[in-house]
Amino acid sequence: MPNTLIDIKNLFKSYWRDSIEIPVLNDITLEVHDGEFLALMGPSGSGKTTLLNLIAGIDRPSKGSLTVSGTNIADLGESALAKWRSQHVGFVFQFYNLLPVLTAFENVELPLLLTSLSKAERKKHVELVLDVVGLGDRMHHYPKQLSGGQEQRVAIARAIVTDPTLLVADEPTGDLDKHSAEEILVLLDRLNQEFKKTIVMVTHDPRAAERATIQRHLDKGELS
Amino acid sequence: MKIPLKYTLRNFKSRRLTTAITVLGIALVVFVFAAVLMMAHGIQKTLVATGSQDNVIIARKSANGEISSIIVRSDYNTILTLPHIAKSSEGKPLISGETVVIINLPKRSGGLSNVCVRGVALEAFTLRPQVKIIEGRMFTAGAREIIVGSSIAKNFEGAGIGKTVEFGGNTWTIVGRFDGGGSAFDSEMWGDNDQLQDAFNRRGGYSTVTFKLDQPDAFNAFKAAFDREPRLQQFEPKPEQTFFAEQSENMTLFIRILGIFITIVFSFGSTIGAMITMYAAVANRTVEVGTLRALGFRRRSILSAFLSESLVIAFIGGVFGLLLASVLQFFSISMLNFQSFSELEFSFALSPSIIGWSMFFSLTMGLLGGFLPAVRAARLNIVNALRSA
Repeated sequence: MPNTLIDIKNLFKSYWRDSIEIPVLNDITLEVHDGEFLALMGPSGSGKTTLLNLIAGIDRPSKGSLTVSGTNIADLGESALAKWRSQHVGFVFQFYNLLPVLTAFENVELPLLLTSLSKAERKKHVELVLDVVGLGDRMHHYPKQLSGGQEQRVAIARAIVTDPTLLVADEPTGDLDKHSAEEILVLLDRLNQEFKKTIVMVTHDPRAAERATIQRHLDKGELS
Repeated sequence: MKIPLKYTLRNFKSRRLTTAITVLGIALVVFVFAAVLMMAHGIQKTLVATGSQDNVIIARKSANGEISSIIVRSDYNTILTLPHIAKSSEGKPLISGETVVIINLPKRSGGLSNVCVRGVALEAFTLRPQVKIIEGRMFTAGAREIIVGSSIAKNFEGAGIGKTVEFGGNTWTIVGRFDGGGSAFDSEMWGDNDQLQDAFNRRGGYSTVTFKLDQPDAFNAFKAAFDREPRLQQFEPKPEQTFFAEQSENMTLFIRILGIFITIVFSFGSTIGAMITMYAAVANRTVEVGTLRALGFRRRSILSAFLSESLVIAFIGGVFGLLLASVLQFFSISMLNFQSFSELEFSFALSPSIIGWSMFFSLTMGLLGGFLPAVRAARLNIVNALRSA
């Protein structure tokens, strides 16, 4: 049995709006093991992105325990959490979130600036992952010079360049045409199968979810 | 590790116009700031250049200028008995009792202005080697002749060679033009001391007495001897450079205070301009900030990225403003020095300290303008920032 990478127990999350408490996640308990590819599905407003944000350490739970890779991230302070994210999490966003003024190479290099790697080592890593995503020949192009599918592949390269424990992807195919979406799913599948990356993906798309090894549904903040 | 500076620099390209307007606003304020300091420094430099390190000038204590000082001939003779006064090869003391009066002359630009007329002994030219006749000839001792400084020839009507000017109830012929080497002497007229004293009925004494020290470091020894002389207690010797530097103090202080006050008022506008630009930069890049924070960049990295962006704008503005101000060095202006009550021509002068203060002023505007927007960027909630995509 593989190790438990994500261990969520009795997790609650609510937001406050004008002194009214709005519950988003209600008593979530979930385990994700090393090397799994989890698809979180559910209608809009069901809380799936919120759950993904909590797992990725960019949001904090209201109550409950949230352990990722042996660290209870709910207990980490602001700086420690930032460091933890840089070491353990790779992000893939729906709209790619590449910095438009940086080239593909420079975008992918960004997370490596937070490591102690030398410039030459960073270059080696960036070239390697850009080759993995099939964009070795486009590394000096700016995001606006790339197609949507290519931008997302650069974003995936950025997510894996530090070799993180966990990849989180929020609607990674949501802004792509069918062909490009398929390419991205193949790539994620490869990262999971070949490189043994643990992936948590939020998606509306049943075809995307089919790529995952586990599918879980959220509805009104509850996991089924 | 910090967010790379190229991220900051390349962002300027994406909003060229607002960045350019902000740079221009800061540049104009720095230009005014530097121009005021250059003006004050120009006056100071001109007056300091007027004095020489190894000359000593004696004036009445508490006289705030040469025209308010008087030294009667008996006191002049007492001064001659003191040690450390240099002598010429013929054994004559290198000392010049000088009479300074103010007259009015019409300016080329219109209106009358005060001109300083200095009655000198021939030794005055040995004492001030920077003063050289560049056109015409030297005045003749005993004649009602004068020579004029180059600024006077340039700025005043009828101050050319061969012309005559009326003052002291007499007609004086201009026989030569001299260059004072950028000193205040350029804004003076010089004539024979005895003739001037006659004309102004000041036979009794001089305004000041200037002499050369026999050794450059002999001032303290001379002063000790001077202080021991009971007949000279109402007078005070000073190194000539110090004396003339003090002549600029009130005016330069006034210009600096007024100028700095005005530029500080202007700087509020530029600072607010920089602030608006930086708030717009933060608003346009909220998602980018959220992404950088998600990737693991800390709040302080975001803060320093936006602050450095604002500082780079201010730096460019500062350099641009200084470049504009440096052009002023090619201009000289003539105005009344209210400490000597006479016209003084000077050039705007740039100095390393003016460059330093102008850049400090510029970067302060950038820092103040960029601080609040940078704090806002650093404090953005990651989830909310990412949602604004």
